[in-house]
Amino acid sequence: MDNSVSSQNSLVSVHNLSFSRGNKKIFDDISLEFERGKITAIMGPSGTGKTTLLKLIGGQLFPDQGSVTVDGQNVHRLRRSELYNLRKRMGMLFQSGALLTDMNVYDNVAFPLREHTHLPESMIRTLVLMKLQAVGLRGARDLMPNELSGGMARRIALARAIALDPMMIMYDEPFTGQDPISMGALVHLIKSLNNTLGLTSIIVSHDVHETAAISDYIYVLSEGKVVGQGTPKEIQQSESEWVQQFMTGAADGPVHFHYPATDYVDDLLSSKKRSGRVSKRYGQL
Amino acid sequence: MTQFLQFLGRTTRTGFTKLGRGTFFLLHTLGGIGSILPRPRLILNQMYAVGVLSFLIITISGLFVGMVLGLQGFYILSDFGAEETLGLMVAASLVRELGPVVTALLFAGRAGSALTAEIGLMKATEQLSGMEMMAVDPIKRIISPRFLAGLLSMPLLAALFSMIGILGGHMVGVGLLGVDEGSYWSQMQAGIDFQDDIVNGVIKSIVFGFVATWIALFEGYDTIPTSEGVSRATTRTVVNSAFSILGLDFILTALMFGD
Repeated sequence: MDNSVSSQNSLVSVHNLSFSRGNKKIFDDISLEFERGKITAIMGPSGTGKTTLLKLIGGQLFPDQGSVTVDGQNVHRLRRSELYNLRKRMGMLFQSGALLTDMNVYDNVAFPLREHTHLPESMIRTLVLMKLQAVGLRGARDLMPNELSGGMARRIALARAIALDPMMIMYDEPFTGQDPISMGALVHLIKSLNNTLGLTSIIVSHDVHETAAISDYIYVLSEGKVVGQGTPKEIQQSESEWVQQFMTGAADGPVHFHYPATDYVDDLLSSKKRSGRVSKRYGQL
Repeated sequence: MTQFLQFLGRTTRTGFTKLGRGTFFLLHTLGGIGSILPRPRLILNQMYAVGVLSFLIITISGLFVGMVLGLQGFYILSDFGAEETLGLMVAASLVRELGPVVTALLFAGRAGSALTAEIGLMKATEQLSGMEMMAVDPIKRIISPRFLAGLLSMPLLAALFSMIGILGGHMVGVGLLGVDEGSYWSQMQAGIDFQDDIVNGVIKSIVFGFVATWIALFEGYDTIPTSEGVSRATTRTVVNSAFSILGLDFILTALMFGD
């Protein structure tokens, strides 16, 4: 696959990556480049393995084939200690926030600092308050994670992700399940963090408008392949039927509304409880 | 027939795979203890959750087991006119067997299930995964201190159980049934051997603590990250711990008191 982005300036490169779970092929020989200092989005419908891709980049999963390079280092060739050193420079924002439920907001943000640095407590306090101020939740530092709303939890997790001043952040579905106000706050926050801290951001999302508004480059994935890529403008004008369906949210198109099944009438008239295996590949380009 | 063989093969294979994963997990956990020792706060917090919060159930159970032992022992011993040795009987049963075994069973039910549910839910809510991405090894940071806490708490709880049990036996035997106070204590003092009884009992409780904590932590770490998965893992913790404790108790008893 050709890449229009030069690999010279990219922080993360994914080369000919294949990954499968059981018999299901999640990625089939995909290549992606993530440029330094830019916001790159990976879009695609649920179940296309977008989160899996982030876990592959973070070295939590191993690919069947291909390689992932982060800042010049092949993630899956590193020894454990080297991988952990690399991860200190990578932030990840989980969809659920993944805050530690047995400590309050302050201690959650302080957690990576306490684990990885020998800074005095007064310095940690300053840093934590700065990070919390950046996400606008300095006043919430004494709350426990179960007292936070979903949007607040995600912002706290973001403060924690930037606690060690990483070179990049991976966002896993940052906009899902947010009300319009916290969605707006998050969109603004991701953009401004990227610009002020000089981060490289990777956003995995299926929220078309919010993601397109802030990203510099977009990859659209489906069925384990890259089906479209380009700047938000190029993507919007893409001639690919598939990309058009995804961007406009049409119910039927190359991706079908129905999960693969046997003929409807036959199914109603037969007495079988389980559906037969359907071997036909569905919804492919 | 082939189906049966298939089933047998599959079950054996999954069983051994799990045992292998469990062993790696244990080695990793033991390897993490070194880095946890300079941070006693982490261990103390867990000892509070695992040990101190189990005080109530251990104390009450110990008291009742001791009282029942006093009662039953008195009826049987008095048939032979040997009720003076009640103290020895109560203490020997508790220190050798009931203390370590019943404490371990209660420990698996009270603390083990809590550990499994906690770790399982941490996995289900991506807290473990999140820690990994923050370059913090969850086994070192989360599992090792809990393992050490379980290992240290079990012998202490078993000792507490035996002590309360002996007092319970005293309450019933001496207080209610009129066994001579002096002989209750002196028979115990004369008959209980430090090496044979107490040390062996402590060894048992350490082994049970090791196994019960290992099972609880591994089941939690290995759980399928759903509500159903956590519920099943918690059940497995209690059932597998009980089987292992009872089986090991038989083996240890045969080894220790066999000759």
